[in-house]
Amino acid sequence: MKYSIFSLARAALSGHKTWQRTWRDATPKDHYDVVIIGGGGHGLATAWFLASEFGIRNVAVLEKGWIGSGNAGRNTTIIRSNYGLPGNTGFYELSMKLWERMEQDLNYNAMVSQRGVLNLYHSDGQRDAYARRGNTMRINGIDAELLDQAALKKMLPFLNFDHARFPVQGGLLQRRGGTARHDAVVWGYAHAASALGVDIIQNCEVTGFVRDAHGKVTGVETSRGRIGAGKVGMAVAGSSSRVAAMAGMRLPIESHVLQAFVSEAIKPLIPGVMTFGAGHFYVSQSDKGGLVFGGDIDGYNSYAQRGNLPVMEDVCEGGMAIIPMIGRVRLLRQWGGIMDMSMDGSPIIDRTPVDGLYLNAGWCYGGFKATPGSGFVFAHLLARDEMHKEAALFRLDRFQRGAMIDEKGQGAQPNLH
Amino acid sequence: MMAGSQSNRLANGGLIDRSAPLSFTFDGKSLSGFKGDTLASALLASGVKLVGRSFKYHRPRGILTAGSEEPNALVELRSGARREPNTKATTAELYEGLEAASQNRWPSLNFDVMSVNQLFAPIFVAGFYYKTFMWPAKFWEAIYEPAIRRAAGLGRAATVSDPDHYDKAWAHCDVVIAGSGPAGLAAALAAGRSGARVILCEEDFVVGGRLLSDGGTIDGLPAAEWLARTLAELASLPDVRIMTRTTLFGVYDGGTYGAIERVNDHLPSPPEHEVRQRLWRIVAKRCVVAAGALERPIVFAGNDTPGVMMASAMRSYISRYAAAPAKRIALFTNNEHGWRTVETALEAGLQVAAVIDARAEVSPVHRSLASKGGFPVLHGSVSGVDGGKAGVRKLSVSLTGGARAEVEADGLAVSGGWNPTVGLTSYHRGRPKWRDDIAAFVPDGAPPGMVAVGAANGAFGLGACLREGFEAGSAAARDAGRSGGTGSTPVADDAAFSLTPLWHVAGKGKAFVDQQHDVTASDIELAQREGFESVEHLKRYTTLGMATDQGKTSNVAGLAIMAAVSGRSIPETGTTIYRPPYVPVAIGAFAGHHRDENFHATRLTPSHHWASEQGAIFVDTGLWKRAQWYPLAGEKDWLESVTREVKAVRSGVGFCDVSTLGKIDVHGPDAGAFLDRVYINTFSNLAVGKARYGLMLREDGIVYDDGTTSRLAEDHYFLTTTTAKAGLVMQHLEFCRQVLFPELDVQLTSVSDQWAQFSIAGPKTRDLLKQIVDPTEDLSNEGFPFMGAREVKLRGGIKARLFRISFSGEMAFEISVPARHGEAMARNLMIAGKPFGVTPYGTEALGVMRVEKGHVAGPELSGTTTASDLGLGKMMSTKKDFIGRVMAGREALVAPDRQVVVGIKPTDKARRLRSGAHIIPKGEIPGPDNDQGYVTSVCFSPTLDQWIGLALVERGRERFGEIVHAHDPLRGEDYDVELCNPVFYDPDGGRQRG
Amino acid sequence: MRIVCPFCGERELGEFTYLGDAKPQRPAADAGEDAVYDYVYMRDNIAGVMSENWYHGGGCRSWLKVTRNTLTHEISAVEAAAGAGAAKVGA
Repeated sequence: MKYSIFSLARAALSGHKTWQRTWRDATPKDHYDVVIIGGGGHGLATAWFLASEFGIRNVAVLEKGWIGSGNAGRNTTIIRSNYGLPGNTGFYELSMKLWERMEQDLNYNAMVSQRGVLNLYHSDGQRDAYARRGNTMRINGIDAELLDQAALKKMLPFLNFDHARFPVQGGLLQRRGGTARHDAVVWGYAHAASALGVDIIQNCEVTGFVRDAHGKVTGVETSRGRIGAGKVGMAVAGSSSRVAAMAGMRLPIESHVLQAFVSEAIKPLIPGVMTFGAGHFYVSQSDKGGLVFGGDIDGYNSYAQRGNLPVMEDVCEGGMAIIPMIGRVRLLRQWGGIMDMSMDGSPIIDRTPVDGLYLNAGWCYGGFKATPGSGFVFAHLLARDEMHKEAALFRLDRFQRGAMIDEKGQGAQPNLH
Repeated sequence: MMAGSQSNRLANGGLIDRSAPLSFTFDGKSLSGFKGDTLASALLASGVKLVGRSFKYHRPRGILTAGSEEPNALVELRSGARREPNTKATTAELYEGLEAASQNRWPSLNFDVMSVNQLFAPIFVAGFYYKTFMWPAKFWEAIYEPAIRRAAGLGRAATVSDPDHYDKAWAHCDVVIAGSGPAGLAAALAAGRSGARVILCEEDFVVGGRLLSDGGTIDGLPAAEWLARTLAELASLPDVRIMTRTTLFGVYDGGTYGAIERVNDHLPSPPEHEVRQRLWRIVAKRCVVAAGALERPIVFAGNDTPGVMMASAMRSYISRYAAAPAKRIALFTNNEHGWRTVETALEAGLQVAAVIDARAEVSPVHRSLASKGGFPVLHGSVSGVDGGKAGVRKLSVSLTGGARAEVEADGLAVSGGWNPTVGLTSYHRGRPKWRDDIAAFVPDGAPPGMVAVGAANGAFGLGACLREGFEAGSAAARDAGRSGGTGSTPVADDAAFSLTPLWHVAGKGKAFVDQQHDVTASDIELAQREGFESVEHLKRYTTLGMATDQGKTSNVAGLAIMAAVSGRSIPETGTTIYRPPYVPVAIGAFAGHHRDENFHATRLTPSHHWASEQGAIFVDTGLWKRAQWYPLAGEKDWLESVTREVKAVRSGVGFCDVSTLGKIDVHGPDAGAFLDRVYINTFSNLAVGKARYGLMLREDGIVYDDGTTSRLAEDHYFLTTTTAKAGLVMQHLEFCRQVLFPELDVQLTSVSDQWAQFSIAGPKTRDLLKQIVDPTEDLSNEGFPFMGAREVKLRGGIKARLFRISFSGEMAFEISVPARHGEAMARNLMIAGKPFGVTPYGTEALGVMRVEKGHVAGPELSGTTTASDLGLGKMMSTKKDFIGRVMAGREALVAPDRQVVVGIKPTDKARRLRSGAHIIPKGEIPGPDNDQGYVTSVCFSPTLDQWIGLALVERGRERFGEIVHAHDPLRGEDYDVELCNPVFYDPDGGRQRG
Repeated sequence: MRIVCPFCGERELGEFTYLGDAKPQRPAADAGEDAVYDYVYMRDNIAGVMSENWYHGGGCRSWLKVTRNTLTHEISAVEAAAGAGAAKVGA
């Protein structure tokens, strides 16, 4: 059923008894052209683009738990395309353009809200780095503005201008950046992909790969039986190493925990997304009213999906330093997600050395904003066996070649990206 | 002066202090209560039933609970800068002058325009917003979303800086106990008696938990007496600390517990020099969770009407606060415990209208109570409530067997059983297990060192609570190595407990599961219909349990209803993941004192106070405050000051505090071999008494840091790092020494803070230095040549380290003196240098001179550049292994088209340059494919009388002389620049060697 | 998390800095590019018990080898790096 205010009004007459499942509850078939491992945003988007753009509809998405139960459902919902290095810049803008038409594409309101993403700077050096980045964006046709302190005072008068340890000097603003309702993105892709014939199979954990005599992957073993596949795509950020290990592969990835926090719901206080430049703190306010905020990763390898107090304190210190009016707002919930931290802070989308197995991994803590773009280029790779031009630099062998995409300049130490 | 009559205050009883009346306001109306009241009990005593409006439908809401699980009675407490949104009236202690305002209503609580939303309720079902507001696309940000945002949210946060202070503290103990009910007190007794260090955290402002409201008999004494005796004993034990107003909210690794102490929230504002709240990090060997259980509602139509209240809460209001929530009370229960409220109400002289009991059987004791009290016992369920914002008037009852009845009452106590508090035990992603006998989830394991007891463990009898608590307390003490005697267990009877599970009563009208978020039973049915059957999907789709009460009164009922509609059992349906904190905690408390100017530490250079006296402008460099320039009277801007400083150095002499550089002493017979492995160039062959510039890579072949290293003795080197990397390079070198090359006999000592270091530069440097160092020291070009380094004696006998190195390109020295002499050194340089016109210069002039000289610094050492990119590729030794050597040879890192450091100057000499502009071939339209690099550093060069800069440009070194385009769309600037040799000043280095 | 430093005793997480898996050993000078690539970039990324390099920068500046479970954060052993403490003179 098409979703609209009219269908809502019609359904209301029947007490909403007429609504169907948002996506079909599929049981696994014996064989699919493409099997995607991972029912998160990336996996579901890949399936939808395979079906809608590339005409491949015999597709299954296998999810260990419930769809969106990984990082898709556990992030701070920010979308932006304010990257500075070739490889990232074009890709994230491709993704941003797909965000901008997502709801009409999917007939699902994911609350894509372009309220702006602002990165504050506190020193001349930071300003220069943002100028470089902003100019890169502009050269790539992406909106960017460099704001000075006077502009900030007008825009965000509540920032700590008078008693700051590191006074705010200005910021880099991408007005087209913003947020989206993370769960709705998952459900929207599931809804639209399912309507095109994609099987979404929940509670189906992949336990191994089926290989033929030549080593080619021809299917997967799962908790719901063997499923044959023409090609298998992995989109399991957080668990990439574990799944790759089933195919005998090691990856240039470490799993780290990133915490995030939400406050009690309050009336509108903070308009867009902003990041503090002199500490680890970024924040936006959800439509429901909670301040959604976070900071740095905990810094040690972890699969525990929960963090510790030092980072929580560090994040709140950053928050109080830049927005001292939030002292009495209460932190309501704390959670942790497992990040695929890659060796240069940028993602990996590529074929793997194992024939028939394709990799979409290494999203660090930036995977959410990439969701539509990642789905599109991964679908492109799976459908055509060639990299999309905007993802051409995300190759797995780039570390061997020395062609890293290192926005932060931290090198092969994942916990610093 | 007392205001407002306490119409519903009972004449006797309660733990309130009637000798201490307090006045307060609610929505501007003056009311009164007593010390010992919460805001909620004072409101009830004053006859106030309508306290708030719900999130979505703006339904009138009252007070549901008497604790931190409250979903409805939320207020804005205090005003102005201290305004606290969403404060639970049920936990806010009353104080004189308290100001509270209802929230999420306009223009008033009584008449709320937004309650019109109820008319749209047929459309505003769970997730309706995912299905609409999509057309036209542009309307989302412009129209729909702003309207939704304004309507959503609850209270208003303060809009100015929080004026209060917060503190953070550590505590260490053997046993930490959460909750001071009978189980917690018994645990504290056992552990304390055995000699353990005990911390008992109680959320409430009074110790006792349910004993305060439910009484009972322990060791033959009335509960209150036992409580007093127990508290006296605990106070007599040396290491038992009871912290009231303190909630244990989370458990972290290594036996670390987070707790929030509301130190002064019970006062209008914290007394001077005191904090509002304190965040405790409690490190404990063992933890006993005695946090009790929360009574759960039953979902039925109209269950959100003001006057519907949890039965246990009603008991608390009557017996602990002597506040009557209603005059004529009905009880709706499915279990034995609900009946206690009837007993309490009758004892307080309140009328009981009826008991509606969903169980098939009612005990003879309760039957006789009913006949004595003259009220009927109806077997069945409440299926509807008549009433509105004025509160409950009449109840519809569906009797077992199908008949209907009505009950007139102005208050309804509801008891659906108990949910043990399983948060703390589940925060390490544990899942509680279902127990059929009590129809509740109980802990199934816990984080290491933690155990749940009493009601938190599903033991609802008083005797069982005491036994479990006592046993856990003594076991915890034993595990912590305390072996003292524990004495005997407190004893009490266990009252019978029977329960018939009942979650949802069918009926007409909205039946609320999550009262704050307006999630109804039919929303859960809709979610199931649409495939959101997983409890996590249910939560996310309907927002069940995501309100400020964190689902304490709604989650279990919600998943029970989901279980019923999806045909699964409750344990099959499962719970969502429990997440800390147990109660919402002020963000300010997590920050503590780390805010405003104290957000991070401030490091001052040795000459800081002197520089302040000179009127220096300081800049933040990491944690350091460094002198950026020294303005003189009459100078109109920074450029004028900096230009003067540069000219003074280039023509005379100046000095600059460079103490912020990292400084490391490297000692040992293998010191040279060690440095050879960490730098790309060789240090083992450096002569004693000489210095050499060094560059180190990361293992991935990218430049990490640079600095000069001097050999002061055969087995002693002294190396400097950049300011930014001081700590990191020390860490890296220690890694190399301890982990990679443990076979080398070498020691590292960080001496960054031990030495004050000054750069003295300019043609008259030697003249100035002669006034400072002992006359016996030979400073001539022969006696102290360029790149010489040695210890010297200063006039007066102090020993210093002197290095003939130059960042500015001038004849220059750097001199190190013990840090305590740093300020004196600055003053002496001024005095001794006066005849030579000595000029202190700051980091700006330092930067100008390094750009003029083409030295790379932070902007070029960006973590993505190779030695070759920086023009330093030739330094890489081919005769030895070093960190980063192999990876530096990868194809993309040695590609000929890499961006390398070049100089740039504008073709229009009057043009100002800016860092961050991009380099585009002249005549081309800028695009991703011809974006050839960017400007890294710029300055106005007084020496060349124009702006110059450094840039990273593709194949730059092959392109000297080429005119390219500087493209800076961010600042709307486009201009031509010439690529050139980055060494603008004295390219053959004659001046620094002179 | 709390780590028992062999030199300083039990200390809070905030005093330590993490580097990562302690298993990969720096290849010899003549090992070749593939071996170094493997050392620098490839990770087992163990879900379970892992030996890790931690630095006690907020204390004695020793590098420690910590055995820790990445699923539970439980620390089962801590030892000093081979070269921690005083140098092995004559070694």
